[in-house]
Amino acid sequence: MAVIVYAESDNGIYKKSSFEAITYGKDLATKLGTECIAVSIGDAGSDNLGVYGAIKVLNVTGSLFNSFNPQTYAKALSEVASANNGDTIIISQTYSGKSIAPLVAVKQDAALVTGVVDMVDTTSGFIVKKTCFSSKAIGHVSVNHSKKVITLIPNSYKINKDGSEVGAETANTSVSESDVNTTIISTDKVVGKIPLTEAELVVSAGRGLKGPENWGMIEDLAEALGAATACSKPVSDMDWRPHSEHVGQTGITIKPNLYIAAGISGAIQHLAGVGSSKVICVINTDPEAPFFKAADYGIVGDAFEVLPKLIKRVKEIRG
Amino acid sequence: MKILVCISVVPDTTTKITFTDNDTQFNKTGVQFIINPYDELSLTRALEITEANGGSVTVITVGEADTEPVIRKALAMGAGDAIRIDAQPKDGMYVAAQIAEQAKIGGYDFILTGRESIDYNGGQVQGLIAEMLNWPLINVVMKLDAEGNTIKATRDIDGGRESLSVDLPVVISAQKDLCEPRIPNMRGIMMARSKPLNVVVASDKNDYTSIASYELPPAKSGVKMIDAENAEELIDILHNTEKLF
Ligand SMILES: Cc1cc2nc3c(=O)[nH]c(=O)nc-3n(C[C@H](O)[C@H](O)[C@H](O)COP(=O)(O)OP(=O)(O)OC[C@H]3O[C@@H](n4cnc5c(N)ncnc54)[C@H](O)[C@@H]3O)c2cc1C
Ligand SMILES: Nc1ncnc2c1ncn2[C@@H]1O[C@H](COP(=O)(O)O)[C@@H](O)[C@H]1O
Repeated sequence: MAVIVYAESDNGIYKKSSFEAITYGKDLATKLGTECIAVSIGDAGSDNLGVYGAIKVLNVTGSLFNSFNPQTYAKALSEVASANNGDTIIISQTYSGKSIAPLVAVKQDAALVTGVVDMVDTTSGFIVKKTCFSSKAIGHVSVNHSKKVITLIPNSYKINKDGSEVGAETANTSVSESDVNTTIISTDKVVGKIPLTEAELVVSAGRGLKGPENWGMIEDLAEALGAATACSKPVSDMDWRPHSEHVGQTGITIKPNLYIAAGISGAIQHLAGVGSSKVICVINTDPEAPFFKAADYGIVGDAFEVLPKLIKRVKEIRG
Repeated sequence: MKILVCISVVPDTTTKITFTDNDTQFNKTGVQFIINPYDELSLTRALEITEANGGSVTVITVGEADTEPVIRKALAMGAGDAIRIDAQPKDGMYVAAQIAEQAKIGGYDFILTGRESIDYNGGQVQGLIAEMLNWPLINVVMKLDAEGNTIKATRDIDGGRESLSVDLPVVISAQKDLCEPRIPNMRGIMMARSKPLNVVVASDKNDYTSIASYELPPAKSGVKMIDAENAEELIDILHNTEKLF
């Protein structure tokens, strides 16, 4: 028995969500009386994963893993899990994590639970909390199978660094050229920006901002805070902002520690994507805006006057 | 090409979610059911592709008889025929196994799903089907074109997007921007009535998970209002009290 955690990296840097997943894996392993093993695929990061609770770190390397391919990555992860008696596999729910988890589940003949937001309850059986109804509810999923694959939503579990360093070993797999069945034509990555799905702090704006030319305030506040930027659906539909920033029912679901919404009414479909953010701050001229009901802090006021004050204050604090 | 489009029947996006039977069942009373919005996109794109390149579009649902009005809507949008696998969709694995079996029987070479169902939010069925059939998966696609047997698709990846090409067979999941969802017209609605909707008995398949109960997310303890004149106070709270930065 072992808990296997996929430690995802991008360009040789582990994602923060991987550290969350390892801490989660270690805490789960402790509950189950077993150990947590971290597996990296492609360019491993430089952090020592033992610190986050992995008792063993296995790196799968080779040119076949230079670019992400769900088929090759899933095969590698599944083989390493089997070779190490892994029966529970934890994957963080990034785009790539979401693509490989079902493939691994079928290879392992394992139960699959995605969208997990909390530690497993093992008091009677194996019960995992997952988001459902687009974050409008939480389901308690009971797993009745010995093998499990779990995907953990980023920002759902607190990182703990109380483990000790371990040396990484290389793991071999049978993945070969013939497992690559898609051809990548082009890859377009935004560099130097915090990906929205992984951001802890998010500044977002809606139609209340009147036009794309006013987004400087949003970017300034985001930059001062070290936050990512997001927007409501109409804003991306009108091409004021890129589609990758659209959050909500039909866009991206996020769960940051802080969500600041300026000039967004708070429609049910918008809340579906952001409602589980830990602290929600709403700035809106309309005191009746539905968003205030879902907010922790609210300012009834004109974003054009309020935002500059916020930016100034953050800069003062940050020095 | 023979396209199979997976349709999940879900509550309308404005539905207020409540539960019955001690929070173990979703309360369907008064709820309007729709085609999962992402599945509407994949269906529309499948229709566009077959209209341009030839081929057929079949829709498939794992669901009980009460899903049929929604399936008829998919037929009214333009699908040629429909399959309903008569079962309650127990979990992703169960649903995928049913669909994969029908996909083999029907000889389809292109399966489209949505990115996720807006009720279960699994985002699983597409990958499970792909692996069960041993076909490649291209997930969360916002651009899709077909030329002969070659499919070109653009998908979201972490921190960006990526364009790929792949030869059939393949499983692709759709997300926003793929196309404008088609709205059925009167003619489509009339024609849908006589299109085949084949009900298939479900096979025995594993379901390893079940939802034991639901809960609503903890309600916010109430909003603290800050005067716009002293908006800076918000930042002080976020810094000193909430310690968010
Ligand atoms: C099937 C479906 C799916 C959907 N999916 C999504 C989704 O994923 N994401 C999403 O966001 N929406 C989604 N929507 C749309 C959603 O219903 C709302 O229409 C949308 O969220 C509104 O965007 P908004 O708040 O930016 O604009 P509006 O509703 O126009 O609100 C603008 C707000 O700005 C305020 N305001 C105006 N001027 C100022 C000012 N100077 N300062 C401060 N505040 C000001 C106004 O009081 C108002 O509250 C979906 C709808 C449907 C039907
Ligand atoms: N019961 C079902 N019947 C047919 N297709 C389904 C069903 N459930 C899910 N799907 C398909 O799989 C996609 C992902 O669903 P899910 O894994 O439940 O989030 C959906 O967008 C549908 O295309």
